[in-house]
Amino acid sequence: MNPTPLKDRAAIVGIGQTEFAKHLEPSEKALACRAIAMALDDAGIPAHEVDAFAAYTMEATDEVEIAKAVGAGDVTFFSRVGFGGGGSCATVGHLAMAIATGQAEVGVAWRSRKRGSGPRPWTDTVNQLATPAQWTRPFGLLRPVDEIAVLTRRYMHEYGMTREQLGAVALACRNRANANPAAIMYDRPLTMADYLSARMISDPLCLFDNCLETDGALAVVMVSAERAVDCRREPVYVHAFGQGLPAQHHGMVNYWNDDPLAGPSWTAAKQLWKHADFGPADVDVAQIYDAFTPLIPLSLEGYGFCAKGEGGAFADDGGLELGGRLPVNTSGGGLSEAYVHGFNLITEGVRQLRGTSTNQVAGASTCLVTAGEAVPTSAVLLRRD
Amino acid sequence: MLKPLVDDDGAPYFEYAAKGELRMQTCANCGEVLFPPRPMCPRCQGVDFEWKLMSGRGHVWSFAVPHPPLLPDYAALAPYPVVVVELAEDRRLRVVGNLLASEDAGIDSVDPATIEIGQPVRAVFREIEGLFVAAWTPDE
Repeated sequence: MNPTPLKDRAAIVGIGQTEFAKHLEPSEKALACRAIAMALDDAGIPAHEVDAFAAYTMEATDEVEIAKAVGAGDVTFFSRVGFGGGGSCATVGHLAMAIATGQAEVGVAWRSRKRGSGPRPWTDTVNQLATPAQWTRPFGLLRPVDEIAVLTRRYMHEYGMTREQLGAVALACRNRANANPAAIMYDRPLTMADYLSARMISDPLCLFDNCLETDGALAVVMVSAERAVDCRREPVYVHAFGQGLPAQHHGMVNYWNDDPLAGPSWTAAKQLWKHADFGPADVDVAQIYDAFTPLIPLSLEGYGFCAKGEGGAFADDGGLELGGRLPVNTSGGGLSEAYVHGFNLITEGVRQLRGTSTNQVAGASTCLVTAGEAVPTSAVLLRRD
Repeated sequence: MLKPLVDDDGAPYFEYAAKGELRMQTCANCGEVLFPPRPMCPRCQGVDFEWKLMSGRGHVWSFAVPHPPLLPDYAALAPYPVVVVELAEDRRLRVVGNLLASEDAGIDSVDPATIEIGQPVRAVFREIEGLFVAAWTPDE
């Protein structure tokens, strides 16, 4: 039996995205359909051949409505992944598994969100107060940023990470966005002085430690490796996939286990690298989930790019910039391109391996894409021929 | 202010807090102390529980200081510190709560600049719309 039946068996052959903005007129459903149609067109595959869907549980529109509108055929696989931005890469992973095992032939994963003009989820106090939030929110940790601020201060205390290092994370993303016309922050440069003088949102995290609030939608189309070679674009293979829900983990308030500073990334990483032909040192470029800047140093540690406690220093001396130790979030990421629950990190990973990024890493042939650290998470390792 | 949601697993916590006692769910079979409360002991799969009295002593493991945008009741008091306290009994018993200058003071009564990770604190109890919860105050 093949010990790694998923490896390189499925490929992303189409990507699509709407424009990104603080406010877009169409509904989330309409935006989703447009992104999917663009991804199918990019792949050169007619909609009636689509027989699989994967999406986030937080997606507002279900598969029935999407399939009916875009003109999918008979659908034989459909899957939802929970935990907000932790599910991004799992949508791709689940489709890869479905295709590799013969449950489907043409898969579509998507994310459509009007987080820019729509409500902030944390203001929904009725649905947000169930276990374990009743042990945290009433005391004033109301928002995800407050929960991550607690972890960040502890990380700074234990390992000496500085605000300048978090600023270097924010600047790396902004610098890439400044070269990406699709990015919301395309024409908005950021300096370290701007970062250090910004207003606090949840001390020690300031405005620029937070991702954007964006309206937009994205989609990918996936087929088997055999079929991928006949598609319009160069295939980008799913080399490995991992999900991670660590033992005794608790949502985003990961304070109640032995080491809250080693989160779900560590679990997903173990699964990811177990089946890969290469390791962290061979990754040319990475798209790391960045709802908040400290998630990048924490993820770099979890996925093995540096030792525990060294994630902050990894950003020193341009470590995350083009030409640095590991160029990250080359479209600008959630911090500076668009925050669409990390799906724009997947499409940028594909562009890097096609050689079509606006911040192209020369000769990139491998890319790690991660979902949100701190919540139950997922990651995919992408490669090209 | 948001009132904690009382569910089957956590209800005894609030009943004891109303009597001024900090008690934690404890497996009656193997003695594992559990937080947050849950319907089964993850160590031995026991389903019977006691509520063990804690010393009420601990130290600040970390804290955040939220600034607006926040819900209106919280925005009115911002910036206020929220602490995670590691109980003296077990380092995994980390409880989120408010740090108060004294038992009757508000959640904005301690200057965040004076808080240090590792500083000792002790439990006091405060009421949120008829429900009692532990809060914390600096200890000697």
